Amino acid sequence: MNNEPDLPPSHDEARRNFLKQSSLLTAVALVPAPVVQAATAELDERVAAAIEKVPLKLEINGKKYKLDVEPRTTLLDLLREQLNLTGTKKGCDYGQCGACTVHVDGQRVNSCLSFAVMHDGKKITTIEGLADGDKLHPMQAAFVKHDGFQCGYCTPGQIMSAVACVREGHADSEAEIREYMSGNICRCGAYTNIVAAIQEVKNGGQKV
Amino acid sequence: MKPLSKQIGSTLNRVDGHLKVTGAATYSAEYELPGMSYAVLVGSTIAKGRIKSIDARAAEKAPGVLAVITHFNSPKVPGFTPTGKDPSQPQTTGGRLKVFNDDKVRFNDQPIAVVVADTLERARFAARLVKAEYEQEKHETDMAAGLRQAFVPTQAKKNPKSGVADYVRGTADAYKTGAVKLEAEYVIPTEVHHPMELQAIIAHWEAPDRLTIYDKTQGTMATRRDFAKEWGLPEENVKVIATFVGGAFGNALHSWPHESAAIIAARQVKRPVKLVLTREQMTTMVGYRPHTWQKIGMSASPDGKITAITHEATGQTSSYEEFTESTVQQTRMMYTAPNVNTRYRLAALDVSTPIWMRGPGEATGAFALESAMDEMAHLLNLDPLEFRLRNYTDKDPENGKPWSSKFLKECYQMGAERIGWSKRQLKPGSLRDGDWLIGYGMGVGTFGAHRGSSKANVRLLPNGTVVLQSAVTDIGPGTGTAMTQIAADTLGLPPEKIRFEWGNSEFAPAPTQGGSAIVNTVGPAVQEACLALKEKLRTMAGASNAAFASARKEDVVFADKYLTLNGNDTARASYADLLKQTDGGFVTVESKPNGENGQKYSMYSYSVHFAEVRVNPLTGEVRVSKLVSCADAGTIVNQKTAGNQMKGGAVGGIGMALMEATHMDDRFGRYVTKDLADYHVPVQADAPAVEVLFVNQPDPHVNALGTKGIGEIAIIGVAPAIANAVFNATGKRVRELPITPDKLV
Repeated sequence: MNNEPDLPPSHDEARRNFLKQSSLLTAVALVPAPVVQAATAELDERVAAAIEKVPLKLEINGKKYKLDVEPRTTLLDLLREQLNLTGTKKGCDYGQCGACTVHVDGQRVNSCLSFAVMHDGKKITTIEGLADGDKLHPMQAAFVKHDGFQCGYCTPGQIMSAVACVREGHADSEAEIREYMSGNICRCGAYTNIVAAIQEVKNGGQKV
Repeated sequence: MKPLSKQIGSTLNRVDGHLKVTGAATYSAEYELPGMSYAVLVGSTIAKGRIKSIDARAAEKAPGVLAVITHFNSPKVPGFTPTGKDPSQPQTTGGRLKVFNDDKVRFNDQPIAVVVADTLERARFAARLVKAEYEQEKHETDMAAGLRQAFVPTQAKKNPKSGVADYVRGTADAYKTGAVKLEAEYVIPTEVHHPMELQAIIAHWEAPDRLTIYDKTQGTMATRRDFAKEWGLPEENVKVIATFVGGAFGNALHSWPHESAAIIAARQVKRPVKLVLTREQMTTMVGYRPHTWQKIGMSASPDGKITAITHEATGQTSSYEEFTESTVQQTRMMYTAPNVNTRYRLAALDVSTPIWMRGPGEATGAFALESAMDEMAHLLNLDPLEFRLRNYTDKDPENGKPWSSKFLKECYQMGAERIGWSKRQLKPGSLRDGDWLIGYGMGVGTFGAHRGSSKANVRLLPNGTVVLQSAVTDIGPGTGTAMTQIAADTLGLPPEKIRFEWGNSEFAPAPTQGGSAIVNTVGPAVQEACLALKEKLRTMAGASNAAFASARKEDVVFADKYLTLNGNDTARASYADLLKQTDGGFVTVESKPNGENGQKYSMYSYSVHFAEVRVNPLTGEVRVSKLVSCADAGTIVNQKTAGNQMKGGAVGGIGMALMEATHMDDRFGRYVTKDLADYHVPVQADAPAVEVLFVNQPDPHVNALGTKGIGEIAIIGVAPAIANAVFNATGKRVRELPITPDKLV
């Protein structure tokens, strides 16, 4: 007799199996019958769309959004693929590189590591919302002046992180900046210039 | 009128800086097209064998799925001839992988299917439902086995003068009988480019015979050529757009299977298809710096003159495509030595094809050569800088030609002074600060000052702005900014009046960005195009104005709304009038290198890197506390961006020296270090404040600007400088990179 339990299915499979397997009696009891039929008869596109989406309210860069999103959609993919806010970058999708850094209620967050639906009712600031109209945020201006980038791909994440780093009070020395900016990888290696930009903003006394 | 300040040599901010800091710079995956669909690749789970079957039924029925394409149902690609059927073709030559063209699996994670759906989430989910069955064959991914079957590259067999063919000056292997003798092996592991932008493409068939791709590439023209050929189309029917490229470091110098796959998918679903690789796929699908074994034999006289060097290297390649690079070439020309020979071999494994990674083979080769120089200096009880000076060469020992320019001695002096080289002790382990051992090391870099042919076009707008266009890409060095500066100085206009547009195959043809050759090559084209514009406008103005007719083009001055003449500002030709006559004075110019100069001179850029390291002998931790990079790269067009590029190369060198390595699980032929948590690149806390110094002396022969190129020499020589500093600190010689703590405790 084989007593070994089956390996648990992966997250996505589990979600589908939830609908498909009639042996999951408790689960079936929670799902309306027509949906189960549609699921077992291979998911109908429209039903799938309906059950896969949940309502979500967000305020992004001061603009209010009322959305319907799939729970599996990350905040990053929502911004980039559905709202065309492509300033926020995808560099790894695992929270390892920091290119996707945004502010959620003022805190820096790797947007690839959080589902959009986790932020219902919250305020999101992306790189597109940092400048005051045509006037660059002091950190943006300092990055230009000190050439804190080359290819520019990690730059939005670096800048969002840098602003938070100063606001958090973690920019008091070069060593502290280097430590608190280590979650943002710059493969072009503009690190020295990024530190110079942050120090200028920190020491310049401008409001960040 | 106030004279304009010179732009060449200035610290002008990047012309695209504003776009990059506001998130408005558009990279390949960021174009919005109506009807966009999303593609996700499915990779093989074996390293070698045959695909028996693919079960795509579940994926095909998943919500939103538009197509699942495999070799069973892929639209035929005209340029993909059947593979493996021509016995006259040696197994290891051949070319790019022809995706979905046959049932063969050549490496682990080779794309075997592409799933296209209406959203990214749906494509990603459905891709996981694709199941394949294989007929597995025994694979070989172990470099040790590859080395046992190393072979002469086909290119060398065909052409004995090829750079990768064996080379002998004097007597081969003469080091074996030298007075003071060194023989040592050096190894670098497979390293991955990992630019921050994931490789991405949007493929859009605008008509059955017209393709537009928004693609991460370093060469819009080369990519256009590849895919026009693949689909049997005239080149002008393929348009490649790569306005912003989020780093590449060489991995976009080649056309890869995912690009073909996206184009095939777009053909099939008749909608634009966006395909973005995952970070794992960046390890398996778009090249890497190949695992390379090297051996240096070196001999010297007791007074510190090198008598012989033998440099052998074997680089790893794939089973289906031979990739070679210039790993041993610098050993032929770097130091004076009567006897020098080099041998370069390949080891083919069941992995994907490597590609040049910043500094390419020269950075790999410099780790061996510059480590050996340090080892020999130690054997001779000489300061490594003094040893290099005793073997300095004022002409190219490979061919006897004079250098077009060489200021390496000046670099040595400037750099040594800045790092405080005089503090270095001959005896390793002599300097200590508390728990930390301190050491100093140096490494030299060199790279050919290459210049190719390029076109540029230019026109004047009624508002007095001059627009230039080039197909060249800007992967980060600041090409657009440098070209703007060159145009501004040539035309006598402020940079705000110049608009340089790049990254589109429909602009004036320019070469692929790579090999540190872009300012050398496109710079002169921009310069010559601007001069041609001046002459054309002068002639046009001269048709109705005698002053212009008799003037020289050098006297033409661009004022606010009119053209005037130096020393005669009553002569005026308004832009509005001029532009009534023609298309803005549109001129296309082709600029070519002076072949005669190339015959007469050897042309190289140089760098020297000085490192100060602190090593904790208890933990084996190495911190690079100071790094000074000094470059002889000819004229420096922009001090700010060029300095940044040098600093970036130094950071790349720190990665190479201390942390970067992939690890293969040979049981499965699968990499285990496929994301940035496992494949370590330098982060902010790993980087010291890098100091950069430029000799900034123009080269009189490469081009009229005096440039020689920076991109490669920024990293070549950094890793050995750090390894040598670690030896100076600890007395431990690490000959296999990276220098991780386990190698020092």
